[in-house]
Amino acid sequence: MADLKLRIGALYPDQMNIYADRGNIAVLQRRCEWRSVDVSVTAIGLGEPIDPEQFDLIYLGGGQDDDQRRCAADLIERKRDGLVAAAARGAILLGVCGGYQLLGRWYELGEERIEGVSLLDVETIRGEGSRLIGNVAIETRLPGAPEGAVLAGFENHGGRTRLLDGAQPLGRVLKGQGNDGSSGYEGCRAGTVIGTYLHGPLLPANSWFADWLISSALGDDLELSPLDDSLELEAHAAACRAAGIAGS
Amino acid sequence: MSRLRLGIATAVARLVAAVLRVGGSGGTSAPGKVLLALAPQAIAQRSARLARGCAVISATNGKTTTSAIVAEIMRADGATLVHNHAGANMAGGIAATLIDQDGDFGLFEVDEFWLPGLVQQLEPRAVLMANLFRDQLDRYGELDQIVNRWREVAESPRSGRLVLNADDPLIAGLGDGVDDPLYFGLEDIEAGSASPQHASEQACCPVCGSQFTYSVYFVGHLGHYRCPNGHASRPNPQITASEITLRGLGGSSFTLNLGAESFSIGLAMPGLYNVYNAVAAAALAVSLGVASDDIVAGIEAASPAFGRAEALDVAGRECSIMLIKNPAGANEVLRTLASDNEPRALLIALNDRIADGRDISWIWDADFEQLASSVDEITCTGSRSVELALRLKYAGIAPERVRVEANLGPALDGALATSTSRLVVLPTYTAMLEIRGLLVARGAATGSFA
Repeated sequence: MADLKLRIGALYPDQMNIYADRGNIAVLQRRCEWRSVDVSVTAIGLGEPIDPEQFDLIYLGGGQDDDQRRCAADLIERKRDGLVAAAARGAILLGVCGGYQLLGRWYELGEERIEGVSLLDVETIRGEGSRLIGNVAIETRLPGAPEGAVLAGFENHGGRTRLLDGAQPLGRVLKGQGNDGSSGYEGCRAGTVIGTYLHGPLLPANSWFADWLISSALGDDLELSPLDDSLELEAHAAACRAAGIAGS
Repeated sequence: MSRLRLGIATAVARLVAAVLRVGGSGGTSAPGKVLLALAPQAIAQRSARLARGCAVISATNGKTTTSAIVAEIMRADGATLVHNHAGANMAGGIAATLIDQDGDFGLFEVDEFWLPGLVQQLEPRAVLMANLFRDQLDRYGELDQIVNRWREVAESPRSGRLVLNADDPLIAGLGDGVDDPLYFGLEDIEAGSASPQHASEQACCPVCGSQFTYSVYFVGHLGHYRCPNGHASRPNPQITASEITLRGLGGSSFTLNLGAESFSIGLAMPGLYNVYNAVAAAALAVSLGVASDDIVAGIEAASPAFGRAEALDVAGRECSIMLIKNPAGANEVLRTLASDNEPRALLIALNDRIADGRDISWIWDADFEQLASSVDEITCTGSRSVELALRLKYAGIAPERVRVEANLGPALDGALATSTSRLVVLPTYTAMLEIRGLLVARGAATGSFA
């Protein structure tokens, strides 16, 4: 697979990194390297614009409230057009936790409204109750992946997210809270734009999803060469068990 | 509340403690919880009886070790201590310590989250705020919220003298507008690096919001920093360490500067993080008026605290336990291991109980890559041992060097059997408690336990 190249853009790695988001990047990177797929990771910080032609996969993690505010303002001002154009040409955009909220329309904290880039038709409101914290497992329906394939992880969010105007969830909650603790939905997907609250981090515990992202970013028909995933599969099963479902 | 009520409550709590000891479960906070249920003001009342008052220590990393060093210093000064040395650092544990021990000086490490409430009750002569790092987000919430709680402490008239880490921008700023805070820090820029580690906290200027720029990083976001627009900068610390030499697991030496006086110190504990703990302890002692000679004697007498770089003899084998619980602390332990060339076997234990943090994602922020170039045989154990092994795989550690055994007992025996060299154990908190018990059962010299 030597002619292939995956160009990853990591948004705000200095600010939006609170739940070990670095682990997600490390998994994408290594799984490409092990297959001799050329891979590059480029940090895109505050103030820098996004060239939509330069990236096949763009990642946005979570941050503390103050950092998220600063990054949200920067995202609207400097990066929205680049992100929209990247999504339009089929690049994968993955937002986790705070990153998911910022891919949506807005995040309301009481009187304050933090605008998102509206690539996902969701709204998030800081709930009255306590944070939604714990192990979580969801079943997904993704093109090219087995029906009902499970993602397992850990969630920790104060915001309650609602799907608007027929937006599609990433999955259905098997155990845990999901978007808002009541709808039974988790995350959101619109084409190649994906948001989720699952960290833990997400990709080490779900190597099949890492590969799905890599092959989707490189081109739909691509079949990745298999790796020795025995440890990855055991880790996935352990994360499923932690959430309270049988490991699969 | 009457004196009589406190007396009855104390008697009941002591009875609970005695019953628990007979039952073989000593050292819990249960008697303290009973005391507080019967007499909610008990901490304030019993603390007020300490003839020489008390001092409070809080931090994300190093609370127990720093307290152990301060304890040695205060003993050198002639104090009899009431001290929660085993790390039971919430209200129940502190109440239990106050009824369990008699002495003239109280020394309490306090959980970061509970600091404001406990300082109100204890009314200490001084509060040491040593560092804040990202830790157990599922339990403590995000760091901003802890900083806000600590600001209440800094502004409270009941807190006594503030002793603050000048190198931690999250903490140093708490001294702004406060009467005469005492600052400590490191002055040896050779001991740090010019670039930050992964997942360092980003501290910002309180005036203009710009990210601080650093001339040197020591541990995580601790270092020499200033606002790029000239608004705020690291305060000049009065108590410092300079000329620092680290000797792997063997400890370190440095010059301790107490104002105008300087002393050469040999520290038995490894790593730059323990130099910070020693300087923090010295600063707290200075704030309490302890003489310099007693401070030096106390630091040099200090040995590693419960499960923190403790060195044990297990049936003739040398065994070190170094607690890991969050990225910043784990990184310093890993850095110390990477700088030490002695042969060893490694046992890393990852549990996910409430006291460890249910969320294990922090292992991806810890730089296990530092072990990639070593040749250690590594055993992964604990309730999330598989995910730990996976982390090591992505850190570039060859899978043939890594064994997985979820159960702590067999894992420990396996690690002891695979190698004749020193065994180094890196456990999370609950795994540390279990492994200490297992080591005693396998012949660890119990005299070396705290």
